Amino acid sequence: MSAALARSLSSALYHRRRLTLALLLGLPLFWLGVVYCGSLLSLLANSFFGMDPFTGMVKREFTLQNFVDLAAPANLDVILRTVAMATAVTLGCAAIGFPIAYYMARYTRGWVRAAFYLGVMLPLWSSYLVRVYAWKLLLAKEGVVNWVFAESGLSWILNALLSIPVIGGPSLSISTLGTFIVFVYIWLPFMILPIQAALERVPQSLIEASADLGARDAATFRKVIFPLALPGIVAGSIFTFSLTLGDYIIPGIIGDSSLFLGQVVFLQQGTAGNVPLAAAFTVVPIAVMAVYLAIAKRMGAFDAL
Amino acid sequence: MVAAVAFDDVSCAFGPLLAVDRVSLDVHEGEFFTLLGPSGSGKTTCLRMVGGFQFPTRGRVLIHGVDAARRAPYERDVNTVFQDYALFPHMNVRDNIAYGLMVRGVDKAERYRRTDEMLELVHLPGSGARRPAELSGGQRQRVALARALINRPRVLLLDEPLGALDLKLRESMQVELKALQRQVGITFIFVTHDQQEALSMSDRVCVFDRGRVEQIGTPEEIYDRPATRFVAGFVGAGNLLEGAQARRIAGVDGAVMLRAERIRIAKRDAGAGGVPGVVKEVEYLGAFIRYIVDVGDGVELLVNAARRDFARGAEVTLSWPDAACHRIA
Repeated sequence: MSAALARSLSSALYHRRRLTLALLLGLPLFWLGVVYCGSLLSLLANSFFGMDPFTGMVKREFTLQNFVDLAAPANLDVILRTVAMATAVTLGCAAIGFPIAYYMARYTRGWVRAAFYLGVMLPLWSSYLVRVYAWKLLLAKEGVVNWVFAESGLSWILNALLSIPVIGGPSLSISTLGTFIVFVYIWLPFMILPIQAALERVPQSLIEASADLGARDAATFRKVIFPLALPGIVAGSIFTFSLTLGDYIIPGIIGDSSLFLGQVVFLQQGTAGNVPLAAAFTVVPIAVMAVYLAIAKRMGAFDAL
Repeated sequence: MVAAVAFDDVSCAFGPLLAVDRVSLDVHEGEFFTLLGPSGSGKTTCLRMVGGFQFPTRGRVLIHGVDAARRAPYERDVNTVFQDYALFPHMNVRDNIAYGLMVRGVDKAERYRRTDEMLELVHLPGSGARRPAELSGGQRQRVALARALINRPRVLLLDEPLGALDLKLRESMQVELKALQRQVGITFIFVTHDQQEALSMSDRVCVFDRGRVEQIGTPEEIYDRPATRFVAGFVGAGNLLEGAQARRIAGVDGAVMLRAERIRIAKRDAGAGGVPGVVKEVEYLGAFIRYIVDVGDGVELLVNAARRDFARGAEVTLSWPDAACHRIA
């Protein structure tokens, strides 16, 4: 009886492809559409609302005041600092990640590649906070990094770096340079994996064809390998860039006390309770990413897709 | 005259696997030379050694008399049409074809002028702005050809370039390739596992098996006078008779190859000579009929005939001129 029912049900579904699709896709689509994008839209809508200074309640009236406030020198300073950091972190991750991804994709196989995957992803399995605090100890004045420089007689290099205004400070753990190092460390896997995936899809015959047609290795890299890896680099940089733009923990633990975007959002929303201004701050990374992707597309980063 | 490409006692090993085993051969200037063999026979490895993608572990590969030894692909005056075409997916057709000129620093105007010439040559005028992904298999094939020819190499290497095309297109490309080779007048080295393709296009064919050269000769020599049992079996439809069977059926000692189309099939007639047999199977192959005839002792002969005169089970007599029996050492 139940077998017959199951059979007729499965046959009914087989002939109603749209119904099957709706049943399978309904819940995930609801999640993506309503929970994900819907809440994001409501957040964005909030950025156009004001706040009653007396009651602290959100006033549902359209205003651009939040965006005017963003342009205040203190806020602009935070935005520029965060975008500069995100750019530097993305470049740093790309510089370190590309060679590793290239080696993984073109020269490893079997267990060696598995070991590389493990090495890249293993840090992600442990607590993010633990790793950030571990870096605080490593970078402290009494920490191992300082010690290595001192013991090898290279303290002058470290001191020269730390004496650079803006990025320097009393020690690595309380300098912007330290913040940068930890950001690069934390987000590196998100750069390596997409580049590796992009490079893995480049057939060996394209590289051979380039050499066959007279290109030396450097030219083959510039004209064939790099353009084909570019979508992977862009994908990785979306991760590193946006993760840095939104992070509020690392700059709170490591670095001088200058604020980053994520911290300001946290303060406005949690401490000050000014949700509309916090929402306006959140629009900044979204706008920056949109501009970044438009530029990347213009430069042909997605031509190989 | 110096050979365009010469293999002098060349071997190539991948670890314990000997892919190419002491091959010596000469490819003449301006000739259409085909390396024919089943997959894994070493023909592609030989081609890759000419292109510079693989290096011999023994012996020398000479290109126009110069030992190519450890020269990189970009230092060789040869170009390759790859099996998967290897077109650059991020460039349009024009930039693909002009690639060789671009990396050599030829200026843009000259590059585009010659690209248009090449597009004309491969019958794709006006397709320069399209992307490889928008082209059909046959069109990609032509772009790959144009890209390899624009550098004006003295030798063009083709690695099973027609393998991915359907039969009709493959046949028309065979004619076109041959015409193109005559037009540009350079040496073509062509790799294929398709004996029909090899016979129809080549000036000379080299048959490979398990890394060794079995025979080098014109298509007629390969077909009519195969040097080894392997060649006799691999090229064309033939009957290989050995030992006692050869003595009984063909009247000669040693191994004998008898082409299916040289055998005449006739109704059994007590008075006439010939070998008696029974039709075991009849296959209709369009242009001709193939009979499988049982001639006793478990020996079956393939016979091609023009007409379907006999049905399964018919008693027939097979005969052939003495010259049709080719002895194999």
